[in-house]
Amino acid sequence: MWLFDKDLWIEIFHTLGKNMLRTFLTMLGVIFAMIILVLLLGSANGMSNGFNKLFAGTASNSLFVWGQSTSEPYKGFERGRRIRYKLEDADILKKQIPEIEVLAPRIELGNHRGVVTVYRNGQTSGSAVYGDFPEIDNITKKKLVEGRFLNQTDIEGSKKVCVIGEETYKLLFDKGEKAIGEDIRINGIYFSVVGIYKPNNNINIDGENAVFIPFTTFQKAFNSGDRMGWMAIAVEERTPVPVVEKQIKDILKLKYDIHPDDERAIGSFDLSEIFNNITAFTTVLKGFSFFVGIFTLLAGVIAISNILLITVKERTQEIGVRRALGATPKIVKRQIVLEAIVLTAFAGLVGFAIAVGILSILDAMFGSGDDFPFVKPMISVSQFIVSFVLMVGLSVLIGLLPANRAVRIKPIDALREE
Amino acid sequence: MIEIKDLHKSYKMGSNSLHVLKGINFKVEEGELVAIMGSSGSGKSTLLNILGMLDGADSGEYTLDGVPIKNLSETKAAQYRNKFLGFIFQSFNLINYKSALENVALPLYYQKVPRKERQEKAMKYLERVGLKPWADHLPSELSGGQKQRVAIARAMAAEPKVLLADEPTGALDSTTSYEVMDLIQKINDDGNTILVVTHEEDIAHMCKRIVHLKDGVIVEDKKVEQVRAEQYV
Repeated sequence: MWLFDKDLWIEIFHTLGKNMLRTFLTMLGVIFAMIILVLLLGSANGMSNGFNKLFAGTASNSLFVWGQSTSEPYKGFERGRRIRYKLEDADILKKQIPEIEVLAPRIELGNHRGVVTVYRNGQTSGSAVYGDFPEIDNITKKKLVEGRFLNQTDIEGSKKVCVIGEETYKLLFDKGEKAIGEDIRINGIYFSVVGIYKPNNNINIDGENAVFIPFTTFQKAFNSGDRMGWMAIAVEERTPVPVVEKQIKDILKLKYDIHPDDERAIGSFDLSEIFNNITAFTTVLKGFSFFVGIFTLLAGVIAISNILLITVKERTQEIGVRRALGATPKIVKRQIVLEAIVLTAFAGLVGFAIAVGILSILDAMFGSGDDFPFVKPMISVSQFIVSFVLMVGLSVLIGLLPANRAVRIKPIDALREE
Repeated sequence: MIEIKDLHKSYKMGSNSLHVLKGINFKVEEGELVAIMGSSGSGKSTLLNILGMLDGADSGEYTLDGVPIKNLSETKAAQYRNKFLGFIFQSFNLINYKSALENVALPLYYQKVPRKERQEKAMKYLERVGLKPWADHLPSELSGGQKQRVAIARAMAAEPKVLLADEPTGALDSTTSYEVMDLIQKINDDGNTILVVTHEEDIAHMCKRIVHLKDGVIVEDKKVEQVRAEQYV
């Protein structure tokens, strides 16, 4: 196999090595192209990773469902009827729709998005107060600054505990004051603080100023019976959210005698849509980067071809001598093409190394920040392999140009040229 | 060794064609040292190019060591050149970024001789032309005479049937020319067949036979008493 012919490689490296400046100048184009390609792809990946980090802990394939007012009269009911769910709906939905992975019922004090005054030692805060199940944490993960989130024991024992937001803490406590174990008062009932959470930078569903108490405690403390305000639902990953959304609505419409065409009676919010948009955005960004990068690379490889074409002219005499000494057209062709490949591959690797260095520096500068979605900007192995194979493939095709020119040189013409 | 029958060659120059070789008949036996003479335009270089398979004839027969040379593909021509012929050029045509040794080893590379053997053989021929100490020098570090001696070593390295020298002394002063001719004579003494194209009388008379070309035909073909170049060195 000629590919493993040591002499051939010695011959090629010899030729390239003896013309260092030319070799280096030829490579510049590809080096820069590779840097651009890797930087673009790496940055796109970094953004994608950044978004992923930002939304880590939020179940992306999820939706929220709450009750609103009917907009159509139906079965003797007038329009404008307020829809109030019951806790049993959660079990009915879970049973009937197997695609639902997690269903966390919630109830809030006051109206939807309503605010209740929370007291502590003369300090007050207007906060949203939610009765929750611990399962909610599987859908929108709370970043706890201190303490813990609600757990199953709290639910079973209807414990008077609460988790408060950072904003709430600031309003109710002095700076640096210990909050865990302290009591706060809501509607005349005392709750002991077990955790403080920090709002995520992602989609903020609960607000920053909120108090979470166990659902069962809520029922007893505020006498809410079997009422349920809204549901956070995580859907099994392979099922599109709108499919489940429709099933849920159909079941609820039937149960609560809502007109089948009434769009306003049941409020819902499809979280996956946002994620899909972001995914689509980063995918387009990646595709675009790849597109731009590959064409830059193409330009670089063409530059190599161009310079090789010129050097073939310069080397007319040398090629003529080689031919006179017994180099077959195939050997001459192979040498030029391999020179193109070696140049491109080497330049590509150099560019790759430089770009990886730059990306590492960028990562060190921005990667750890919370606010800027730019995490681990690096190209994947498959991206690297694809661009490298593409680059070498191109160099073969484009190396054929000067190679054919070299072959067309007749030794007699070459030797005559002095 | 070489047999040519009724060789014709013409070049197209725009609308009219230039008839350069008009029926050459010519035979070279093994071990001969033949000078091909003629003024410029006599067709001597064309003849050498055809003999060297660098150019094809329009009509006629050419047999080299019993092998008919006709309608060769580029690949075949390259292989035959490598196997049968050694070239010595007026302008040496060494590859300027390769050392003397590497230049000499190049035809062996195309013969796929293993590297080590190649180096040894190349060194042997460099020694024979007296340039062993210059083996690692680049052509630019060598004098004209030394360059031509490297070129001769290169031509011989592949152990060809025939050495073709195109004005081997054309770019050299007379002293160096005689040195080179001395070397060529010694190689011929060892039994190698050599053809020398030249327009210099004294160089021609250092061969054993002179073929005179004029206007594309052989006008004279005579054996001469060889003048040894040694006495001038």
